[in-house]
Amino acid sequence: MSTAAKIPSFNRHGVLAIYRFELSRFKRTVWQSLVTPVITTSLYFVVFGAAIGSRMSEVGGVPYGAFIVPGLIMLSLFTESLNNAAFGIYLPRFTGTIYEVLSAPVSALEIVLAYVGAAATKSILLGVVILATAALFVPIRIEHPLWMIAFLVLTAATFSLFGFITGIWAKGFEQLQFIPMLVITPLTFLGGAFYSIDMLPPTWRTVSLFNPIVYLISGFRWSFYGASDVGVEISLAATLAFFALCLVAVVWIFRTGYRLKS
Amino acid sequence: MPPVVSISNLTKTYASGLEALKKVDLEICKGEIFALLGPNGAGKTTLISIICGIVTPTTGTVLVDGHDILRDYRECRTKIGLVPQELHTDMFETVWNTVSFSRGLFGCPPNPAHLEKVLRELSLWDKRNDKIMTLSGGMKRRVLIAKALAHEPQILFLDEPTAGVDVELRRDMWGLVRQLRDSGVTIILTTHYIDEAEEMADRIGVVNKGELILVEEKSRLMEKLGKKQLTLHLLKPLAGIPVALGDWHIVLKDGGNELECNFDAAEEHTGIPALLRRLGELEIGFKDLQTRQSSLEDIFVDLVQDRA
Repeated sequence: MSTAAKIPSFNRHGVLAIYRFELSRFKRTVWQSLVTPVITTSLYFVVFGAAIGSRMSEVGGVPYGAFIVPGLIMLSLFTESLNNAAFGIYLPRFTGTIYEVLSAPVSALEIVLAYVGAAATKSILLGVVILATAALFVPIRIEHPLWMIAFLVLTAATFSLFGFITGIWAKGFEQLQFIPMLVITPLTFLGGAFYSIDMLPPTWRTVSLFNPIVYLISGFRWSFYGASDVGVEISLAATLAFFALCLVAVVWIFRTGYRLKS
Repeated sequence: MPPVVSISNLTKTYASGLEALKKVDLEICKGEIFALLGPNGAGKTTLISIICGIVTPTTGTVLVDGHDILRDYRECRTKIGLVPQELHTDMFETVWNTVSFSRGLFGCPPNPAHLEKVLRELSLWDKRNDKIMTLSGGMKRRVLIAKALAHEPQILFLDEPTAGVDVELRRDMWGLVRQLRDSGVTIILTTHYIDEAEEMADRIGVVNKGELILVEEKSRLMEKLGKKQLTLHLLKPLAGIPVALGDWHIVLKDGGNELECNFDAAEEHTGIPALLRRLGELEIGFKDLQTRQSSLEDIFVDLVQDRA
């Protein structure tokens, strides 16, 4: 047997196989995956940008239409990362094809890297498409492009990791929808996607600071317009902390075999 | 031959409290076809799933080619191919893509020539660009076998390979398994079709209620536990068993018209000819005779019932 000669400590072929498999699933549903968010984003611009935005003053020196762009990208990034990653790992659990991944010489890290990497790739692509769509409606400037990319990638990775966890936790399709619909969407709407939290009364402003989404949107918006609700260092720290938390959960999942192995 | 899989003290208790395996010890020899035989729920699939890394053992160790399945999982799993019992497939993928995926997943660089060989051997080559969802159940099973062979494993596990498969495909499957064995692959299959084990296996392990109750070479098993039965259709009915036939286990049936004698297969050389000679001496004539040798099925049923 020619292949059994030497076993590398990193299963590159295995990671690539899962990564490509996941992206090919994405290609099959490219319309649904890319066109839907583009239409949704356009609708947001029609409603918030043109209809309501025209009656609103600038927010922190930024026209309202442009102000909501980072929040809109983040909103899609959260939900799509969650959905992609959750579905990616839930589907093989549901169909039973997970047996092959579990019996393959791939480590937990490699499995996570492949599934989460693929989900993050898709949502980053999506974020870029939404940004391009937004640029058709409003003038956009990006003051700190490197930070913008850093926040985009980090957020996509974090929420994909979070989605991977929910995909392992979910016992049915309803539960798959639970986190994005009932947790993330409300938190995003309340997290300053469409307004600056400075516009809130002091009490609600304080309450908002307990919403982790505020930090993500604030940091991302800072990379565009140089202004933010909270300090960019705090935003970055909060994002990294959430990433680390998800990482710990994933390690625990593979240590215990939780809902993957009996 | 050296063992290629060594299982010692293996137990598995599921979270539900179900004791699926109770202290199993087993060695599989390199290059053999080993059949795990047992009724549904006996623990066959649990045993295979532990070796393949899908189920975590409660206690005990499994070595594959000298490597511990938990510590050296990469070495072990690279050598193993698994064909699961259920038809778990990616419906929307093509045959070629799913087989290429399997090869990559097991850490092998692409090798289209090998995949073509596997697909041709399984009569799947013409279907390589078809989506799996369009294939019949038998074809899907072949796809699962092709996936398991994609990374050139040295040990192949077949969990109920011919469940729900038609007669022709079963024959094909058996042919393929033999061919694989001839190429040096060790094969471990589970089945509850006893004729399958009888047809294929070099050695047989009988599993019942989580215990490995017997491991034996098939021929020895048949010899040791098999029984031979002789039935004579007599010319004239006998009223009773003559005293001179007291050394044999004889019963009279059909109002004394039939004489039935049970032999242990192992004593066959002394049993039947001696009986026939004695009958000749007693001038008991017969117009017809039948012999029946117990099949593996009878042996199996006896074994499992004894333990019930």
